[in-house]
Amino acid sequence: MSRGWHNWDPRYLKLAYLALGVGAVAYPFLANTYWIDVANFFGIYVLLGLSLNIIVGYVGLFNLGQAAFYAVGAYSTAILNTAFHIPVLWLLPLSGLLAALMGYLISRPILHLRGDYLCIVTIGFGEIMRITLNNNPFGLTGGPNGIMGIARPEILGFRLFQPHHYYYFIWLIVLLTVIALKRLENSRIGRAWHYIREDELAAAAMGIDVNRMKLLAFMLGAGLAGVAGNIYATKMTVIAPESFSFWESVVMFTIVVLGGPGSIPGVVVGTLCMVVLPELFREFAKARMLVFGLAMILMMIFRPEGLWPARRYREEIRSAKEELPAGQKPETLSGA
Amino acid sequence: MQEFLQQVVNGLTIGSIYALVALGYTMVYGILKLINFAHGELFMIGSFLAFTLIVSANLMEHIPHPVAGLVAVFLLVALMVAVIGLILERVAYRPLRRSSRLAPLVSALGASIFLQNAIMLVYGGGYLVFPENLVPNIEWSVGGINIGLMRVIILALSISLMLFLYLLVQKTRLGAAMRACSLDHDTARLMGINVDRIIALVFVIGPALGAIAGIMVGMYYRQINFTMGWAYGLRAFTAAILGGIGNIPGAMVGGLLLGILETIGAGYVAAAWKDVVAFIILILILILRPTGLLGERVAEKV
Repeated sequence: MSRGWHNWDPRYLKLAYLALGVGAVAYPFLANTYWIDVANFFGIYVLLGLSLNIIVGYVGLFNLGQAAFYAVGAYSTAILNTAFHIPVLWLLPLSGLLAALMGYLISRPILHLRGDYLCIVTIGFGEIMRITLNNNPFGLTGGPNGIMGIARPEILGFRLFQPHHYYYFIWLIVLLTVIALKRLENSRIGRAWHYIREDELAAAAMGIDVNRMKLLAFMLGAGLAGVAGNIYATKMTVIAPESFSFWESVVMFTIVVLGGPGSIPGVVVGTLCMVVLPELFREFAKARMLVFGLAMILMMIFRPEGLWPARRYREEIRSAKEELPAGQKPETLSGA
Repeated sequence: MQEFLQQVVNGLTIGSIYALVALGYTMVYGILKLINFAHGELFMIGSFLAFTLIVSANLMEHIPHPVAGLVAVFLLVALMVAVIGLILERVAYRPLRRSSRLAPLVSALGASIFLQNAIMLVYGGGYLVFPENLVPNIEWSVGGINIGLMRVIILALSISLMLFLYLLVQKTRLGAAMRACSLDHDTARLMGINVDRIIALVFVIGPALGAIAGIMVGMYYRQINFTMGWAYGLRAFTAAILGGIGNIPGAMVGGLLLGILETIGAGYVAAAWKDVVAFIILILILILRPTGLLGERVAEKV
């Protein structure tokens, strides 16, 4: 349902999709290695943004510890690959599953907490994860230096190692994820999530098992972040705890909120702002975080629904913010 | 036993700093139901401003008596940070008072990022070192426990500030107005309380206390860095939760307790895991007793 473009002519829409698709396929032939690499990180962060979007956007659970799941994916890939030489591509689903398991274990006891408390607890879990990785328990995580020598993925004997190999690999996964999430949004589960975000009590009264749905969101979100972790680990071949710090969680959270919670195009736009835009302003590298902080405040004041909001969410935010004139239905407000 | 008591004393010192910072979180939460993520940065700015006054502006040289010099530094920095706190409330939080809960949270994160990077741009990313002899290096030994002068100052100053705040909130008309606002803004307004002014007051007192804590950290550990606000802020927040958020005596008890637990944890378990202690306490408290030791209910009412 996330169509900020819902009143466009469908023919133009198809054309826009086509142009976007052609552009995406042609991109590696036009860009240099550096910019292909930027596009690769763009893809990884879109995946991470989408993963957090399930938790923060669809269900409205504040999670500022998403980097923990990202870390579980990356480290399980790194450890299992370097110690047991399991091919990393097989580890792609496995690291997703392990991260989902972690999501289950972490969220299970804390789901009953109110919004900002949940947020604080997830920060706590994220920090515990980072410190644990740093402290090298049982010699598994390699301490502050991390783990080196992670293998590259091989598809039918073809080894991915060039940036443009990764480009197609990453964006293929992004595409598959987007298709899956699109379908999920309108499924029974997606609608249940939406009701929970709107009004938890009413959702429960309608017979939705609120806790189970929240758990499911956490597990799916964590699992997807784990998959992103696997891709990151094989792309870098070296991982260290500093790549999974609180800051990463903030970036993911900001991607979701900036783009528009619950909106898939919003995640892409948000990632563009958080990951790609800074690359364009490298000269101002030092001041850019200053600008971001300010932008976050201004966004919340002037456009709290995000840059490319999901229609569901915009209605909710706007109608909470503006007093509706008597007799006016919310649709007329947001339909413009 | 002696070593244990020494750890307790060390823990109380750092704990009283956590408690001072925690007061800022708990007061803002009590009145606005907002976690002021930028509060840790205000604490950090306090120690940087003190560094500027002491080292760059050489303020201590211009004031005849060293004690008077230190008092001047504390007062000036508290004042400046209180002004920053006021501006923060005005710019980042007041426009969002009627919006959804997500918006102020994000705004607070944004403010935190902004302030942290502003300090990094001005002072650089490295560590700054406070001068050595701000406080004479005197140490007493009481029953085998060593207590330095700086520790005594930290404990005395923070405990008297906490007492002062407690009396202000419990015994004065202003305090009654603050308590009324924390219960219900609209009713408080009907009773003739200027809610905006009370909120502004909270954003003066909290940051000022945080700034004083920041100066003391600078003088005690002597090294400051632009990221320290985050580390101390999160611990102070844990302290506030531990005591029961929104509850002023709770923040004090929580701070002291957290300081002691952390120091003992570091001393007897392993120093590398010291930072985990605070988070584990935070999570356990929120899971097992979300009201904190002395606090209100925080679990979702469903």
